[in-house]
Amino acid sequence: MNVVVCIKQVPETTEVRVDPKTNALIREGVKSIINPVDENAIEAALQLRDQHGGPSTGSGSPPTSEGPPRAQSRGGKVTVITMGPPQAEEALRQALAMGADEAILLSDPASRGSDTLATSYALALMVRKIGDVDLVLCGKQAIDGDTGQVGPGLAERLGLPQVTFAIGLEVADAKLRARRVLDDFFEVVETKLPAVVTVVKQINDPRHPSMRNVLKAKRAEIVKWTLADLDADPKQAGFDGSPTQVIKVWPPEKRTGGKRLEGETDEIVGELAEAIKSMGIASG
Amino acid sequence: MAVRLITDNCTGCELCLRACPYSAIDIVEDKARFNDNCTQCGACASACKFDAILLESSYSPNVDVTQYRGVWVVAEHLHGHFRRGTLELLGEGRRLAGKLGVELSAVLLGDGVGEMGAELFAYGADKLYLAQDPVLAHYRTGPYTDVLAGLINQHKPEIVLVSATPQGRDLAPRVAARLSAGLTADCTGLDIDESERLLVQTRPAFGGNLMATIVSRYARPQMATVRPGVMKALDPDLSPRASAKGDPSRTGEVVNVPVHLDERSMLTKIIEIVQLDADGRVNLQDAEIIVSGGRGLGKPENFALIRELAAALGGAVGASRAAVDAGWIPAYHQVGQTGRTVQPKLYIACGISGAVQHLAGMSSADCIIAINKDPAAPIFNIATYSIVGDLFEIVPALTKRLRESL
Repeated sequence: MNVVVCIKQVPETTEVRVDPKTNALIREGVKSIINPVDENAIEAALQLRDQHGGPSTGSGSPPTSEGPPRAQSRGGKVTVITMGPPQAEEALRQALAMGADEAILLSDPASRGSDTLATSYALALMVRKIGDVDLVLCGKQAIDGDTGQVGPGLAERLGLPQVTFAIGLEVADAKLRARRVLDDFFEVVETKLPAVVTVVKQINDPRHPSMRNVLKAKRAEIVKWTLADLDADPKQAGFDGSPTQVIKVWPPEKRTGGKRLEGETDEIVGELAEAIKSMGIASG
Repeated sequence: MAVRLITDNCTGCELCLRACPYSAIDIVEDKARFNDNCTQCGACASACKFDAILLESSYSPNVDVTQYRGVWVVAEHLHGHFRRGTLELLGEGRRLAGKLGVELSAVLLGDGVGEMGAELFAYGADKLYLAQDPVLAHYRTGPYTDVLAGLINQHKPEIVLVSATPQGRDLAPRVAARLSAGLTADCTGLDIDESERLLVQTRPAFGGNLMATIVSRYARPQMATVRPGVMKALDPDLSPRASAKGDPSRTGEVVNVPVHLDERSMLTKIIEIVQLDADGRVNLQDAEIIVSGGRGLGKPENFALIRELAAALGGAVGASRAAVDAGWIPAYHQVGQTGRTVQPKLYIACGISGAVQHLAGMSSADCIIAINKDPAAPIFNIATYSIVGDLFEIVPALTKRLRESL
């Protein structure tokens, strides 16, 4: 089966600083990584590929009379895609080192300033250009923007069903069965493929690339596309294609602390118990 | 946004007819034809297998924003109860609608939920759009998106607010993409710029290390998901034990939305819903008292100390990300940017250093007691009572004292 994984390159830390004059993020000296939960999406894709007929370049197992005919009869591959600046290539190489078969980078100055709608638009064009896709996987949300909006937006732009917050995935007979983790309950859903799925961190433990794969990935070709390669409508990309505008960015205010309790455990505990009782909320 | 029929491709198969929630398609001489009921919701386009119906949605900054009026809150319910965030959103929506001089409407989708509507009025709604169908009984992305997008197209609210719960964060981006509307995720602050009638949205990013203010100046509706536990409901006492249920003298207009859905055209089926065990059902967002444990506990067994203190107080058990990531306690206990945002009256943090991502989820508690052995722990910067000391000594002693005295 053919799986596309959408990843994002993010700063390694969320401890970012803002330039007080320009309100711009200070990115110098901050290492970039694959958004952590996107690595889980890659791992999930690799596992599905390996269960349902390996990469088409290998000898592969012949199709059997049982089992999903569509997926097994033609092998499958994992294609990792991202939109970002040229240096986002590094994130794609890491994905290749994990075992992805192909990597495509959409890098175009005109996509700068894309909000989640414009990003969904561009990624949908990439998936359409790749073609013949059974499943699109994304991480639940990125640690920088924290929106979680691109997965559902992409599903809508592709006109495909979506399954968010997946903690387990099974594919059989061109159908996907997923376990979703929600506020107070789990939900098991079944949907037709192709579909777009976002995964949570608890779904798996991403593999560590072997040294051999790291070296191979260093030499691998990264396919590079621009918006023109996708026949994108320039009005739907970048700042122009983004209905939201960020008008201000600032570090949150620091709160100041209250009372420090010191002394013997007995005294501290006594004072705390009095304070709690005075609130009149504890039910015992 | 527009739905367009490519007549040559249409086979008259009636798949779209079945998928249309608004009975807006007739088959005339073996071809689909849209009638006056059409809300341009897009359900038919997803159902068509012959590329005969195209859904065209693209963002244009030239929308006539003056056509859009009113504030909407999408109500979320589970097992016959509204989620706390919905009632909070009505309180906030009331305030925003007041500033704009417009009505506040609630949208309720479900099956046999009509009687729940009164509570939405009691918490601030002026009007209720009520769409009921067996297919809508449990939330699913597809039918909820179709019905909501259709209603928005028809009635053109300027603002649509959705709780930033898993359901809201599944639904809102899908609807926003269908309408090419601007959507801001997980807002913690909302206001109105009265000169431009703009929704001014504030939200944390980078795990709470950065705040951003975002507007959708040219797009309508302006959509936001809003973090539960931050906004104030009209009746602030939302705890399950409270007898107050908003202002029961408030009533409003119910608009019954005629929808007809067909289970056979649903792409996604719900196979099973698995409730968490009793421990997991503890709803942190509704708890008045939360006792949380972090890395300082050292090992999973030590969560017993936290559970005992919580039990002595009648409170719920929370955890920091460090404790969840270490596998000491399931993720549904997690408080913080990637977990739950809570607003209890009392929050006791034991062995939690107070990474900004944790603080983002609990700093609006009325009273915070922090117990940590590191005097430099950031949690002490926000705590009401700071105790630098050994939690293994203080927590059991406090549990004992409370058991004796409560």
